[in-house]
Amino acid sequence: MTRYVVLVAYEPGDWSEASPEVQQGYFDAHHAFERYVDTHGRRISGAPLADAETATTLAPGAAEDRVVTDGPFVELAEQVGGYYDVELPDLDAAIAAARLLPSAYTVEIRPVVEIPDHPPL
Amino acid sequence: MTADEVLTATVRDEWGRLVALLLGQFRRLDLVEDALGDAVESAARRWPADGAPDKPAAWLLTAARRRVLDRLRGEAMAARKEPLLVVEAERGTGGGAMVDPGGLVEDDRLRLVLLCCHPSLGPEVASALALRLVVGVSTADIARLFLVPEPTMAARITRGKKKIVAAGIPYAVPGRGDLPGRLRVVAQVAYLAFTAGYAPGSGPDLLRADLAGEAVRLVRVTHALVPDEPVLRALLALVLLQHSRRDARVDAEDGLVLLPDQDRGLWHHDEVAEAVDLLAGVAPSPDPLVESYRLQALVAAEHALAPTSDATRWDRICEAYAALLQVNPSPSARLAAAVALSERDGPKAGLAALDGLEALAGSHRLAAVRAELLARAGDDAALAAFDEAIRLCGNDVERAHLLTRREAVAAG
Repeated sequence: MTRYVVLVAYEPGDWSEASPEVQQGYFDAHHAFERYVDTHGRRISGAPLADAETATTLAPGAAEDRVVTDGPFVELAEQVGGYYDVELPDLDAAIAAARLLPSAYTVEIRPVVEIPDHPPL
Repeated sequence: MTADEVLTATVRDEWGRLVALLLGQFRRLDLVEDALGDAVESAARRWPADGAPDKPAAWLLTAARRRVLDRLRGEAMAARKEPLLVVEAERGTGGGAMVDPGGLVEDDRLRLVLLCCHPSLGPEVASALALRLVVGVSTADIARLFLVPEPTMAARITRGKKKIVAAGIPYAVPGRGDLPGRLRVVAQVAYLAFTAGYAPGSGPDLLRADLAGEAVRLVRVTHALVPDEPVLRALLALVLLQHSRRDARVDAEDGLVLLPDQDRGLWHHDEVAEAVDLLAGVAPSPDPLVESYRLQALVAAEHALAPTSDATRWDRICEAYAALLQVNPSPSARLAAAVALSERDGPKAGLAALDGLEALAGSHRLAAVRAELLARAGDDAALAAFDEAIRLCGNDVERAHLLTRREAVAAG
């Protein structure tokens, strides 16, 4: 089993402008993803995130030196809009699961690095 | 055979199988290749003195296994002091524990090919990994093939191996539904490696035939694992046909010899026969990739089978190109189709077919073809087109050829 964080990105505005039918399609796609993960591995956590314009970014620096700015890391057309933290047998399973997510999403799959003596959730 | 020759032949023929066997046992890509490299080094020292063993591949396998076990024991010892290492070792062995869905070829080598050519690896990383791990080409030679410094290539291969381990790319044959798609990626990766050797875009060599030959071997090995897969059958036919002309494409002074001027006696006719045989077993396909390889192979077969240049069946070649443009209307296919048209219907027809075709960024080929066709049509614009082609050309041998042609045309 390998632990992955699956990041989803989409163009802001997709959701609020969507019709109820389209929104139902998104829910169905997420449920299909979750069913796949539950069958082949396990879900550890996951959440949708508020729009990137609500983000606050702290620049590198020692505690008080960090500059606080409004907005995400980088301004892109697509913004990270949510994540899943899952455990699956391998990358092929993670790709198969990611294919089930809503078609408008760009999906990034990142393996999680496990640090000994510091067990994750 | 001397001990050195036995070792060279064993590495050449058995490398991929040995990597696959070791990987099947240990699932540690990072250790396996180094251990096998060490085993080959130690064979190079000992075999000339002791004589080559009766079963050289088995000798290498045993030596490499011992190395891996030494390393694993070393890691376990260090782990008592350094907990981080043992976790990494566990991660490395745990990643590939997936069981095959069954019903498919049970072959470690196929798993190895699919591992190297996983779609999550970039095509340049994948082709380097496949040449290194499946057919055992040295990192130095792969660097030469892709025209990058050796440390750059070594870093690329290391990065690929790291990603395989960290991202959990499985050492497994995918289910029946996914296998054809994965084999298409393998074909594209192998063809990329072949073209790098067959028609280098830059550098001093017209072709790096020995390295193109390694890519042919990669296609051959993979085809043998899934002999019924049309994409690999069509690709093997194509690369065999193109590669069969290697000895005739360059003259004694390393100059370019064009197809009509090549000594057809230097073509490898046994390879042509094999390719034509393979091609007969590939039906027209709805898959554009298969169809594209099949039609290009048909064109190459027409050239290979023509007894003389004048006897070339340009009508059939034009037909194949017309079909190719339906499935793959790429600029290079349109360029080749225009050349064929000019051979069948004259230079003006060829020039008309070039209309609206935009040059590939940095490529001299469109300008070179236009120059040649203008010259044949007796049009003075040919000289300016040659100048443009010469300016764009990055390959030394081809540039020399273009300069010679320009002088001949200028002299009238």
